Amino acid sequence: MSDVSTTGHWDQFMEGIWRQNPVFVMVLGMCPTLAVTVSAVNAISMGVATTFVLACSCLLVSMMRNVVPKEVRIATYIVIIATFVTAVDYIIQAISLALYDALGAFIQLIVVNCIILGRAEAHASKNRPAVATYNALGMGVGFTIGLLALGSVREVLGAGTLFGVSLFGANFQPWVIMVLPPGGFFVLGAWLLFFAWHARRKERQLREAGQHA
Amino acid sequence: MGTVEIRPAPHVRGERTVEKIMLNVVWSLLPICAFYVFQYGVSALASITVVTGACLLTERWLVRTGTQAGNIGDYSATITGLLLALTLPPGFPLWMGAIAGFVAIGLGKGLFGGLGFNVFNPALVGRAFAQAAFPTAIATYTPSFLPGRFTEFIPSSLAWPLMIPADAALWLKAKHLDALAGATPLAKWKFDGVMVGANELVTSLSGHMAVGPSPLLILLCGSYLALRRYLDWRIPMSILGGAAVVAWALFAFNPTHYPNPFFMLFSGGLILGAVYMATDMATSPVTPRGMWLYGGLIGLLTVVIRYYSGLPEGVMYAILIANAATPLIERITQPTPFGKSALAARRGASYPLNPSYISREDAGAVTPKKRILKNKPKRDERRTPTH
Amino acid sequence: MSAEHLPIDQAPATPTGAMIRTLGLVSAICGLIIVGAYQGTYDAVAANKRIAMERAVFKVVPAAKSIEEYLAKADGGIAKAGAETPAGAIRFFAGYDEAGKLVGVAAEGSARGYADIVRVMFGYDPACQCVRNIGVVSMRETPGIGDKILVDRAFLENFKELDARLTADMKALANEIKTVKHGSKTGAWQIDAIAGATITSRAVGRAINDTAQALLPRLAPNLDKIGSKS
Repeated sequence: MSDVSTTGHWDQFMEGIWRQNPVFVMVLGMCPTLAVTVSAVNAISMGVATTFVLACSCLLVSMMRNVVPKEVRIATYIVIIATFVTAVDYIIQAISLALYDALGAFIQLIVVNCIILGRAEAHASKNRPAVATYNALGMGVGFTIGLLALGSVREVLGAGTLFGVSLFGANFQPWVIMVLPPGGFFVLGAWLLFFAWHARRKERQLREAGQHA
Repeated sequence: MGTVEIRPAPHVRGERTVEKIMLNVVWSLLPICAFYVFQYGVSALASITVVTGACLLTERWLVRTGTQAGNIGDYSATITGLLLALTLPPGFPLWMGAIAGFVAIGLGKGLFGGLGFNVFNPALVGRAFAQAAFPTAIATYTPSFLPGRFTEFIPSSLAWPLMIPADAALWLKAKHLDALAGATPLAKWKFDGVMVGANELVTSLSGHMAVGPSPLLILLCGSYLALRRYLDWRIPMSILGGAAVVAWALFAFNPTHYPNPFFMLFSGGLILGAVYMATDMATSPVTPRGMWLYGGLIGLLTVVIRYYSGLPEGVMYAILIANAATPLIERITQPTPFGKSALAARRGASYPLNPSYISREDAGAVTPKKRILKNKPKRDERRTPTH
Repeated sequence: MSAEHLPIDQAPATPTGAMIRTLGLVSAICGLIIVGAYQGTYDAVAANKRIAMERAVFKVVPAAKSIEEYLAKADGGIAKAGAETPAGAIRFFAGYDEAGKLVGVAAEGSARGYADIVRVMFGYDPACQCVRNIGVVSMRETPGIGDKILVDRAFLENFKELDARLTADMKALANEIKTVKHGSKTGAWQIDAIAGATITSRAVGRAINDTAQALLPRLAPNLDKIGSKS
């Protein structure tokens, strides 16, 4: 991990957005990814809530990394994560009850989102607070982008709107399946397919460039 | 050259090729499509053309990009397209039909790797997607044999892409037809308790009923395929038998509440599904006993879904569920290998599908213990060169 | 430094006191954060909840200008509602016009729909003894099918004046409020279901009926008590 902590903060931030994107590369935290992405607004709210919990808990975990004995570290991480989830739960209720209803049980379920515990265990507990926070923020933004990619496709096809703005007029025929759970699987599958295709194409280009050289 | 070529069975090739079988199925489907066009006119023709076209284009694209094995010349995508079009309402908006065709080939076949690798019948995957995405449009039927059907489109057919199709009920009202005339016999029975006469159901010829192609014609075309051995007669027989037995048992139990078995067999898409969709070679069992089991399961599920669910028609889901069960059915209906006693057969196939067998290449190539042919010739004896 | 080079199973054990101290410290910090968040958002959350509830009540009792919250207790009495709902009591809202006169009562009912519980708020008009309007508090019905209960004009027409009269002895509704199959509505107390969304329509009927059967007999003798704004 020493090489990671010496790289720049920007690299730490970009790590979660592209190379280790939690949704499209690591395929972690699928429960909220599939469940709340029926609209772009829901997706962004969920992403922001998760980012907040991720950044705060990674900061705290990193700050305490030298005092927490390893025997009780998981218990400590879970308590810290649960704390910030509870705080987010109250904050969302205070901002908008409609949003709170739309996200439903998935706010509380951020506690068991494996991205957060995974980051706390694999990264924050071994790095300085600043590095851990940048990495966590990058992961959170990457997660938000992933959710938004799903949420916008599902909202456009499922309701004909994007961020609540009608795109096709009143006569749009909604694709009911897109706002139902199977739609989440279809859209996620399509995105994963796209990224796999992209990765393979890039690999081929690199190989061809190598052959020419 | 002295190269030793090692390849698995089969070593003997028959006359029949995939292309030949598929082409025969296409030929046998043409009269059914022609009758469908005769029933619903130019809308049905457009629907068949667009859906089949979408299937062929998708197939071509997937084969070109190397996503899927196969060859557009094997006619399997044509069959998928024709069958999918026949299961959709004639006035189904063309843009939705194109999407259904794309999903059928892309999701139903391409992603699995092409013809022969698919788990589910592609046409039904396309229809299931359309059913889930556009539940209203797929339940909107229009009466058959309308005057002027060869010159005028059903208005919903020509909906703009992504837009809501025109209301069929208004169009029917303008033609001074009862809105109920647009209901299928199954929907009429389920939601309104009206039964349609037997002879109308069998021929699809009389009245302005909203029905698919004539069951009699489908059976005729299917029996051609069965006689040429291009489909196995056991599957349609067991589906119809299974559905008839379950429907008859319920009818005998309470004749006022349940319709007669004859109605169950000849309404909806049961005949089309039994003859053309359930018999898809890649997705149905290969063992004879498995075919009976598979067909019986479809028949039972169809009746159960029709009677006890919110949907009027259950053939599609019944076939898809049975498709999913096919590997299991094949597993439990393995025939006894030659030379093995019936008693030993109970213990299962000669090469059980356990994980150690599947991944034996990874696990250091441990050859599974062979249980048959105990006194077969020694390896060394066979390999002895004979010059 | 030498401890780092030892294999893991030989690492020195952490003393019990250190573990307890750490966990205690973490818990204390976390407790502070949670209490802080709770205190900081308490007023905003309460205000949000009140606004959401009032919006639902005003929707089903449109003539109301102000509302009061009451409890219809199991013994037949009526009391101002507090934060708690005692066992057997039904919470309802009385809506008053500008002059402080009772114009309608709103109550909530719930019943099992297709996907989950459907919770509906309905407005009861004591003057005509009928249910006037409905609104959905929460539901998870299939979009495009079950959620037609919000927009289907023919369905909402049922709640223009849905008969909810009591029997002469004021023990129960004279006619059970019931959802009937699409197109077979005969009485003013029946709800004509939406074709294709019968299960959700039935849930709405059952939710209204259950609450009305329990609430209205307790409400009727006490109408004068809440008749004007206190």
